[in-house]
Amino acid sequence: MASEEMEQLVRREYKQGFVTDIESDTVPPGLDESTIAFISQKKGEPQWMLEWRLEAYHQWLKMTPPSWAHLEYPPIDYQAISYFSAPKKPEDRPQSLDEVDPKLLETYEKLGIPLHERAALAGVAVDAVFDSVSVTTTFKEKLHEAGVIFCSISEAIREYPELVRQYLGTVVPQADNYFAALNSAVFTDGSFVYVPEGVKCPMELSTYFRINAANTGQFERTLIVCDKQAQVSYLEGCTAPMRDENQLHAAVVELVALEDAYIKYSTVQNWYPGDEDGKGGIYNFVTKRGDCRGDRSRISWTQVETGSAITWKYPSCMLRGKESIGEFYSVAVTNGRQQADTGTKMIHIGEGTRSTIVAKGIAAGRSDQSYRGLVKIGPRAKGARNYTQCDSLLIGDQCGAHTFPYQEIGNSTATVEHEATTSKIADDQLFYCRARGIDEEDAVSMIVNGFCKDVFQELPMEFAVEAEALLNVTLEGSVG
Amino acid sequence: MSAPERFLERLTLRRTDDPSWVAARRQAGAARFEAMGFPTRRDEAWKYTDVRRIAEGDFALATDAGFDAARFEAQRLDIDAYRLVLVDGVFSEALSELEGLPDGVQVEPLSRALSANHEAVGGALGRLAGVDFSPFTALNTAFADEGVVVRLAPGAVVDKPIYVLLLSRANGQAVMSHPRVLIEAGARSEATVIEHYSGEAEAANFTNVVTEVLLDRGAIVDHYKLQEAALTDLHVASIHVDQSRDSRFNSYNLNLGGALVRTDLVTDLNGEGAEAAYNGLFFVQGRQHVDNHTLVNHNSPRTFSNENYKGVLDDRSHGVFNGKVFVKKDAQQIEAYQNNANLLLSDRAEIDTKPELVIYADDVKCSHGATTGQLDEDAVYALRSRGIDEPMARALLTLAFVGEVMDKVRLNVIAERVERAVAGRLPERFNLADLVETAEAVQEA
Amino acid sequence: MLEVKDLHVTVEDKAILNGLNLTINAGEVHAIMGPNGAGKSTLSAVIAGKDGYEVTQGTILFEGQDIFEMEIEERARAGLLLGFQYPIEIPGVKNIYLLKAALNAQRAARGEGEIPAPEFMKLVREKSAEMKMDPSFLQRAVNEGFSGGEKKRNEILQMLVLQPKLAMLDEIDSGLDIDAMKVVASGVNSLRSADRAILLVTHYQRLLNHIEPDRVHVLVDGRIVKSGDKELALELEARGYDWVLEESAA
Repeated sequence: MASEEMEQLVRREYKQGFVTDIESDTVPPGLDESTIAFISQKKGEPQWMLEWRLEAYHQWLKMTPPSWAHLEYPPIDYQAISYFSAPKKPEDRPQSLDEVDPKLLETYEKLGIPLHERAALAGVAVDAVFDSVSVTTTFKEKLHEAGVIFCSISEAIREYPELVRQYLGTVVPQADNYFAALNSAVFTDGSFVYVPEGVKCPMELSTYFRINAANTGQFERTLIVCDKQAQVSYLEGCTAPMRDENQLHAAVVELVALEDAYIKYSTVQNWYPGDEDGKGGIYNFVTKRGDCRGDRSRISWTQVETGSAITWKYPSCMLRGKESIGEFYSVAVTNGRQQADTGTKMIHIGEGTRSTIVAKGIAAGRSDQSYRGLVKIGPRAKGARNYTQCDSLLIGDQCGAHTFPYQEIGNSTATVEHEATTSKIADDQLFYCRARGIDEEDAVSMIVNGFCKDVFQELPMEFAVEAEALLNVTLEGSVG
Repeated sequence: MSAPERFLERLTLRRTDDPSWVAARRQAGAARFEAMGFPTRRDEAWKYTDVRRIAEGDFALATDAGFDAARFEAQRLDIDAYRLVLVDGVFSEALSELEGLPDGVQVEPLSRALSANHEAVGGALGRLAGVDFSPFTALNTAFADEGVVVRLAPGAVVDKPIYVLLLSRANGQAVMSHPRVLIEAGARSEATVIEHYSGEAEAANFTNVVTEVLLDRGAIVDHYKLQEAALTDLHVASIHVDQSRDSRFNSYNLNLGGALVRTDLVTDLNGEGAEAAYNGLFFVQGRQHVDNHTLVNHNSPRTFSNENYKGVLDDRSHGVFNGKVFVKKDAQQIEAYQNNANLLLSDRAEIDTKPELVIYADDVKCSHGATTGQLDEDAVYALRSRGIDEPMARALLTLAFVGEVMDKVRLNVIAERVERAVAGRLPERFNLADLVETAEAVQEA
Repeated sequence: MLEVKDLHVTVEDKAILNGLNLTINAGEVHAIMGPNGAGKSTLSAVIAGKDGYEVTQGTILFEGQDIFEMEIEERARAGLLLGFQYPIEIPGVKNIYLLKAALNAQRAARGEGEIPAPEFMKLVREKSAEMKMDPSFLQRAVNEGFSGGEKKRNEILQMLVLQPKLAMLDEIDSGLDIDAMKVVASGVNSLRSADRAILLVTHYQRLLNHIEPDRVHVLVDGRIVKSGDKELALELEARGYDWVLEESAA
């Protein structure tokens, strides 16, 4: 039945006629000023944007890749990467789900991914995007009514240059770190959101994004600005394992919250982790930072990280505004040979700022994962408070779980609390479940889901259900 | 001339009656130090501690051990102990008291052990503290010609503490010293060793000490490091501990003095049943800077560690705590607990803390916590409801905060001394010292 | 000694006391009884100056002085002491520290010098013996790891050492077995004197078998609705609170 439906979709897709005129626009591997000029020109960018990119490029040339993370990977040859490539031609992609690895399809089934999305995610030439054009349009109209701007960053650079120029790079400067500098020079796409003063975004910016996320490329750039008293909840990523040809991903996400604004940013990251020996997986080197610029503003990061061979990611909050709030809720699951070094930074600058960090790490197989966090209380951050809870669960004796929390406290009225535990699933817990007739794998997933509860409850509802399913899939085969 | 070269130049001024193996080690230390240079804040281990005050200093080597007798009496611990005194790194026979050591217990100045080309010293010295550990251990290896060697035969139980007093003098010319302490505890032996750093009020010397402690099966060593040096003194220390099966090492690292104090404490739990307890306290004020880096390596299954460090920071002082628990692959059934709590008394004080867990085994119970904050307001209220005014209530609670570490201290002389010092540093009119004395009197009665 | 006039108190915007009047003279023992939630503990907490209670109306005079003008510790030094229902644990602060610091603060407020150490030691040892507390308790941190009964005895010990003019005891009998109750009661009884007053706040009558009150008040909905002698307590024990409620509603 499924394949029948797909067939229909395929036909419909072809009826619509998937035509593109940039097919030939793939630059050869390598990075220099002309590559950047090409990208900029291709995107129809104004001169200032090109200059901004070149500035970043020159900074990047002077930088070295970070080595402090608890990660091991061979050096990356940045000249071997193609920085601009058109999407694969339809004829080069699988023509139907029958050509897709059945294992992948099985996973979609388990995750409960809607049928019409499976093909798109599997990279089938049917772009389910077409199926959702109407949906997209409805969304766009609704958002437009509310005054919310939500478009690709390329479009935003062309259509709203003033807004972009005002905020781009103000949270993550071009030369912030090696990967951010590279991204600033060569980013190809990403999203732009602007929520005007007093507006509560009428919908979660999610489904739309999921469908369109497939081709944002390896250097994604996202900028979200919430004006005074505005609110938005943004969902990035997808619970399904994403096929991607690019090994290196270096995204930059910037969030700006003005007075009384609230941005909730949720991520599910499930890039290809590589095979059992870790070969071929994605390197995910992301810079995500939120700036609580206005008083009483609030930025909340929630992430479920299960994919990628290597994850290097520290969604952070600059708490500048008085009584602004930063939050970080994270579940990271690693299995096989995966490595993850993730955490957050909470920089308390303003008075009465508060932050909460809840990080849950689950390591299985031969994976290695680290929580790395910084809580910094500046001298002016009177009465600042932070609470950090970070727990690791080890499954099997071949994995590693590490905790590196930095606290820098320069104000006597601050209260900073950090608690961390590392443990395995207690035998008596397992025994108890099994004595009630629950098999071991189910018992483990129950216990693990319980372990992650504090984070899952921060996720938007339908995402939370998917995340639980995802967790079980990721941990499959880790017990026994 | 680079800073390392300037320091090493002093080596040529030393007397050179070393046995050849000692000379070779000095050369290795000097070469390593020169290659590494002084650490900078770009080194992760020195991220929060700037040692330029040391690197840019000009430190001679002391040649005598004269010390004012009255001042000595005032500063030494009032304790019945085997005592060995170094003044600016030079052994003072006159101030030391080593008579009556029980059988199987050897306590002697390092110089004596070295010149006798002692086989034990040759075998053990430098085994734990290699020249690669830090530039300062390399520097110490190059210079160390004095210190203490403690050797306990299997089963030897020392009846009194072994008290090493290291005094720093205020001379016109600042000096440096590189003492070396070696403690070899044989199977089932027991000892308490105190390293006490003190000296004249204006002393601005540089002490760079390395301590190595080897515990054989079932040995028990209580190690105290009481830092009460002048608020102008510079101090770098590393303590390296190797523990065999069922041994127990209790560290008490109590820090009150010094302008810049950096202590590295590293324990390797190499045998099943080995257990380490780290108790730490720092109370700093003015512009004092204290940095504690601790590491417990759980290399063997069924090993245990428990760490509790507390800091109280006033004025513009700066505290650093970096505690790391490492659990090796296959080192199962580990229990490791680590806690660091800090109290900031002033807005200009700063604390940087980083409790780390690095774990490669799954059957472990590890936890750590770090808190920085203020006093419990409910407790402040409870005291006020008994008529105690707010500043005094806060002073009492600060003393209590410190007391949680001091309760673990087994040597009353030291616990009382530190509590009094802390009480004395809190606002004077509260006369907390008097309270402490009363409590002691009631205890004794 | 204590005069409470038309006291209105709110907690988190909720009215708890609604025009309470109460006068206590030196030498008297008063008991305030009432159903749960009537505002019994609020009264003693407000007198002791606990945070979180907003006095919207009324006055409390202690020996003619407006206590709302006094800091918490000033009230304590003047002789107003509250024995808590749930005494807080203060890790690290030895009982002996607390006792000596509190006593000296009180003496200083009266213009007296500090108590000489031997005299103090004699005093605390005597009083702890009276409360059947081992002297080792003095070296332990305030209430830390104490059982419920030990905490309550410790509250009375503080009273015995500090000799307040008005001792308020909030549910001092809760969680006590009969032996502990007797010790606590005898401690409280030893405080009785012509120049001292005692205010007991309790839910049950059983405490009053051991500490005989001069006056018993029934607190309902933030007001004293009935007062009487110790017989009233017995009646409450026998008949419950409902009849008082009905009577006051009528």
